[in-house]
Amino acid sequence: MTTDVINDQSEHDSHDGGHHDHKMTGLKRWLYTTNHKDIGSMYLWFSFIMFLTGGAMALVIRAELFQPGLQIVEPDFFNQMTTVHGLIMVFGAIMPAFTGLANWMLPMMVGAPDMALPRLNNWSFWILPFAFAILLSSFFMESGAPNFGWTFYAPLSTTYSNGSTAFFVFAVHIMGISSIMGAINIVVTIMNMRAPGMTYMKMPLFVWTFFITAYLLIAVMPVLAGTVTMVLTDTYFGTSFFDAAGGGDPVMFQHIFWFFGHPEVYIMILPAFGIVSTTIPAFSRKKLFGYSSMVYATASIAFLSFIVWAHHMFTTGMPLFGELFFMYCTMLIAVPTGVKVFNWAATMWRGSISFETPMLFSIAFVILFTIGGFSGLMLAMTPVDFQYHDTYFVVAHFHYVLVTGALFSIFAGAYYWLPKWTGYMYNDTLSKWHFWCSLVSVNLLFFPMHFLGLAGMPRRIPDYALQFADFNKWVSIGGFAFGLSQLIFLVLVIKCIKGGEKAPAKPWDGAEGLEWTVASPAPYHTFTTPPKID
Amino acid sequence: MTTKEYESYYVPAQSKWPIIGAIALFLIAVGAGNYVSNLNNPESSSGGWILLAGIALIIYMVFGWFNNVITESMSGKYSHQMDNSFRQGMSWFIFSEVMFFAAFFGALLYARTFSVPWLGGAGNNAATAAILWPEFTATWPLVKTPDGTETTAMGWYGLPLINTILLLTSSITAHFAHVSLEQEKRGLLKFWLGLTVLLGCIFLYCQGLEYAHGYAEEMRLYLDSGIYGNTFYMLTGFHGMHVTLGTIMLFVMLIRVFKGHFTPKNHFAFQAASWYWHFVDVVWVLLFVFVYII
Repeated sequence: MTTDVINDQSEHDSHDGGHHDHKMTGLKRWLYTTNHKDIGSMYLWFSFIMFLTGGAMALVIRAELFQPGLQIVEPDFFNQMTTVHGLIMVFGAIMPAFTGLANWMLPMMVGAPDMALPRLNNWSFWILPFAFAILLSSFFMESGAPNFGWTFYAPLSTTYSNGSTAFFVFAVHIMGISSIMGAINIVVTIMNMRAPGMTYMKMPLFVWTFFITAYLLIAVMPVLAGTVTMVLTDTYFGTSFFDAAGGGDPVMFQHIFWFFGHPEVYIMILPAFGIVSTTIPAFSRKKLFGYSSMVYATASIAFLSFIVWAHHMFTTGMPLFGELFFMYCTMLIAVPTGVKVFNWAATMWRGSISFETPMLFSIAFVILFTIGGFSGLMLAMTPVDFQYHDTYFVVAHFHYVLVTGALFSIFAGAYYWLPKWTGYMYNDTLSKWHFWCSLVSVNLLFFPMHFLGLAGMPRRIPDYALQFADFNKWVSIGGFAFGLSQLIFLVLVIKCIKGGEKAPAKPWDGAEGLEWTVASPAPYHTFTTPPKID
Repeated sequence: MTTKEYESYYVPAQSKWPIIGAIALFLIAVGAGNYVSNLNNPESSSGGWILLAGIALIIYMVFGWFNNVITESMSGKYSHQMDNSFRQGMSWFIFSEVMFFAAFFGALLYARTFSVPWLGGAGNNAATAAILWPEFTATWPLVKTPDGTETTAMGWYGLPLINTILLLTSSITAHFAHVSLEQEKRGLLKFWLGLTVLLGCIFLYCQGLEYAHGYAEEMRLYLDSGIYGNTFYMLTGFHGMHVTLGTIMLFVMLIRVFKGHFTPKNHFAFQAASWYWHFVDVVWVLLFVFVYII
């Protein structure tokens, strides 16, 4: 692998024409850009803004649940909060953050000059803010925002929905178009733009996980589009896909939705696997243990994700064979996931570990994601799920995998590559504060939810029985503490962009990969001539 | 390896088209949202106009964007690798379209295999049927829904059969056009491609006739006539929209052929349109089997 630091000037000399070398300035640069780094930055900023927006809604929820009884918001508004919080965090925060990381890092990691289809890349990003503008504008409509939960189960989203459903549907369509086009770009970039000599099994695992995730996206986002289209026609055009009176079935909604929804869960966690599989070897100063088994495990999880969807609906009424089939398939996922957790532990084993902030977030990821995985295994058991279904146990489970899983991995990745993006080292003290405050508060926030759920507290209800009061108080305190902790990250990133200690081309001595062979900050155009991989 | 294999990959300069496309999609979504929300009182809503503005803007974008791409391609900026990017991008786009149809085929098969028989008491649902819908008998096509809406099923002979023959033929003519292009027989290319476009148009006309027939008094097969009408119109309707798009794509290719574009080696756009056309054809065959015949 070449270790020369390629500087900006030599990049420009190698261009064949003079028309794409200098960036425009001001707003036009961002509106018209075809540069994967610009687009990656926009994705990351957009996702952070959405993260704070969705987080604010979570705080409304936690404020209402601080004590039993209704004190702050009306139940209908509470429902709008849970719904839009979920939609924003899934489609506006986690997924765009991963796409942002993919945009920034994939071309550099495979030695490509840019994403394969740069203009399409710009389109994929810019339609997203418009989609969320439409979704959020429904708060200002007479009817209010969607209130049927992010899973928009029929008939809540059809017969009993409020007037903003059409806007919800079209907003989701645009999010879907954005995801599909982004995923096509990722697939084509990886298949077609790898530097000569970079065979598939030489790609960094980060690239592999995004490759597989992109396939999942192309396969299931259109199904989501179909689902919302059926909701639209059921609501406004008199069809009865999800209405038994016309020969349809509300349960059919759940099948189609979760056929999308379960792969979607892995869309939000496979890239996380890729990130920690990058950071853990770097800070353990060892090669990733079991690289090829990691690839096969990722592919297995992706495959299994298509045949487990009905474990979300054990209580909705399915033939016994269905319950058993989906239970066993779901439990099977624990095997490749276990391979991964084992490999991360084995990578750290006897490594020369140092605990920089990316590593702290990665270790926290491994432990806390595993907790989320175990509660998932509990939920996978059909008879047990009958008790857990729609309780706070489920809320605890998916927040462990999405917050301490996906989100923590995004933080790990952000800290790991911030020096490469900005050219400056981040403030180490602040980053440690961010990590420890987040770690403590996130567990205070989500761990007691397990107990609440086991004791029978239902999710998505603005009031609760008195015996749940103590735990809910602690959960709410944890929620506000976690929300405030994220402002440390905002300050840290702004400071890091403005200046600080100059970052060398490779600030982490254990780091590997092509991205560390270019200067920090990475030049506007990298690898216009592909590097040679041995 | 030789340096020839690393022809430089063309990364376009800043482009205004994506952001115009984003605004267009925004207008379409806002317009359609407004329009659909005010279906009972369309005059009171400006949704339709916003929707039309969005569509106009997106057509403008497609023209501008593709114009750039064609100019770049004809001036020799694209490498073999770029061609591959386009091909792979188009293939995966078609795959995503397949999955979109899969959602509706899934709904059709679920209704036929599970929900309709269950409503009629199959499985362990005898009590449900007896209490909720005692009058209902499960049949497919579902010409009488549990709540009593009656309709008629569309047969497979007649127009649907003619349409099947039309579309299958058009796939063959599209292939002949491709072969003619590769053999540099421009006259034949124009003939076969023109014929394909014509067949596409006739198909759409027949589809329109069939819909008129369905909505007529003697059939009373409407979009809201229960799950049979729902799946019938949604599947054939989305298919028809794709045929329309495919016909437009082929028509644009025809214009480009008359302008002298495409060489036997370099004709990605033509191939993309023809792939799309074959995809639309395959969907129709599935439709014909699962919606009309079985």
